[in-house]
Amino acid sequence: MPLIEIQNVSKTYVGGHQALDDVSLDIEKGEILALLGPNGAGKTTLINIVCGLVTHTDGRILLDGRDVTAEYRQTRRDIGLVPQEMPLDPFDKLIDNVAFSRRLFGLPHAPDRIEAILRDLSLWDKRDNRLLTLSGGMKRRVLIAKALAHEPKVLFLDEPTAGVDVELRRSTWDVVRRLRDSGVTVILTTHYLEEAEEIADRVAVIDKGRIQLVQDKDVMMRSLGAKKLIVELQAPIERLSDDLAARGFELEPCGARAVVSYDPSEADGLAAAALAAFAAAGVAVRDISTEQSTLEEIFVGLIGDANKGASS
Amino acid sequence: MLNVTSIWAIYRREMKRAFGTLVQTILSPVLTTSLYFIVFGSAIGSHIGKIDGVDYGAFLVPGLIMLTVLQQSVANASFGIYFPRFTGSIYEVLSAPISYWEVLIGYVGAAATKAMILALLILATSAFFVPLRIEYPLVMVLFLVLTCVTFSMLGFLIGILAGNWEQLQMAPLIIITPLVFLGGAFYELKMLPPFWQNVSLFNPVLYLVSGFRWSFYGAGDVPIAASLGMITLFMAICIVAVWRIFATGYRLKP
Repeated sequence: MPLIEIQNVSKTYVGGHQALDDVSLDIEKGEILALLGPNGAGKTTLINIVCGLVTHTDGRILLDGRDVTAEYRQTRRDIGLVPQEMPLDPFDKLIDNVAFSRRLFGLPHAPDRIEAILRDLSLWDKRDNRLLTLSGGMKRRVLIAKALAHEPKVLFLDEPTAGVDVELRRSTWDVVRRLRDSGVTVILTTHYLEEAEEIADRVAVIDKGRIQLVQDKDVMMRSLGAKKLIVELQAPIERLSDDLAARGFELEPCGARAVVSYDPSEADGLAAAALAAFAAAGVAVRDISTEQSTLEEIFVGLIGDANKGASS
Repeated sequence: MLNVTSIWAIYRREMKRAFGTLVQTILSPVLTTSLYFIVFGSAIGSHIGKIDGVDYGAFLVPGLIMLTVLQQSVANASFGIYFPRFTGSIYEVLSAPISYWEVLIGYVGAAATKAMILALLILATSAFFVPLRIEYPLVMVLFLVLTCVTFSMLGFLIGILAGNWEQLQMAPLIIITPLVFLGGAFYELKMLPPFWQNVSLFNPVLYLVSGFRWSFYGAGDVPIAASLGMITLFMAICIVAVWRIFATGYRLKP
């Protein structure tokens, strides 16, 4: 049984804006799911509905088989949320603020647990600082610490690394991986496709309030990600032979590189055949390489296709 | 079953905030009230004489306590819930395994406690200036508790409904202060011309001040039953209003 079952959930805000339209999604225990989508796609609304911050119009959500609305006392204990903004009480001391989060979720004070979390997030040295004195990156880590204070089974991270530097982004990824390894299920939204590519196990693409695709990240990359065979020539040429053009090769404007896209599942012998074709055409080859589509290219393609479908 | 740990977390945090701003929360109202005693009780009061056999300075005590309690209950509770709304940190409370009513108990409980502490401090301070007597201490405590809780609930409502800081501060300023000043905090109702006496009877705070004063000196502008009835009605109105907001999620949950 999936840990979280989102069943036909819709949300229409007062004023008529439909943020979610019949969304269904299962989230497995112990996975990292990346929720990808452009601004206004419905990512944050979906997360906020699961966490109890927004009321859904239709459908239902189950966590461990329990309805998150009807049985919120049980389900919310298992959910941690790191929101997109940085909503912190600026005058609180860091350690007090994190300890408050734990108590608020009904757990007794546990100084050892709080210390472990703060050390893990490199915040222990700042524990007596007022939150307003912390940098943006630290505040973001404080939000993660607060979300972990009550030891949730599921952690929602809404744009966790937005606006943080590369080093902090990588350390956040490490934290997320460690959480997954410790059994915590992680759902993150992100604009950084590199982030999803780096740490996600599965990717769900959402656009205009509808789930467009849910797939294992590697499967998605293999099935949707075209590969390119790139042939670098010894010297620029003006045009490709008819045979090479028929094989799908295209000459780049510089005249020194020829590129062909191919399906990875039908790639056997392609490189050898290409080299033979270039030799037959009397074109000397300096180097040959392949390139995989990035998740970003796949994402742009998917959203583009969906938009075309909607407008046609 | 009540989520006591979560309620206690909110209550404790709010109380800590009050003690973190000791000057603003405690010393300022006590100082202001002391000044009232000096100016109205001693300087002006010496020319007024007794009201229903009570020195004017002593007559002022229940009214001044009510003035502070009403202002502070509303101010503390409205700030308590508005501030996390303003910073956005309310998300944490709203996503916790805690019901709206438990949230209300935490915030209103803390605001009411602070107001009661202030009332007792002012009571103690007044003992330095005037001869005090409390004829019905249990009624006094009952009135104090009911008033603190009810007006803290009103403050909680204002904190949820306020759209900005100005609205948050204006509500106590333009509602509570005039009602208390025109509710007999500094005078007896029959000192007013008959027309204004009748108008004052529509002021709910008059009943609270009168009832509270009755617990001190056994006399008030209106019967004690009317005072108790009014505070009960006020509380009921606040509970219904809070219930409506919670039921609809207005300003809390889109």
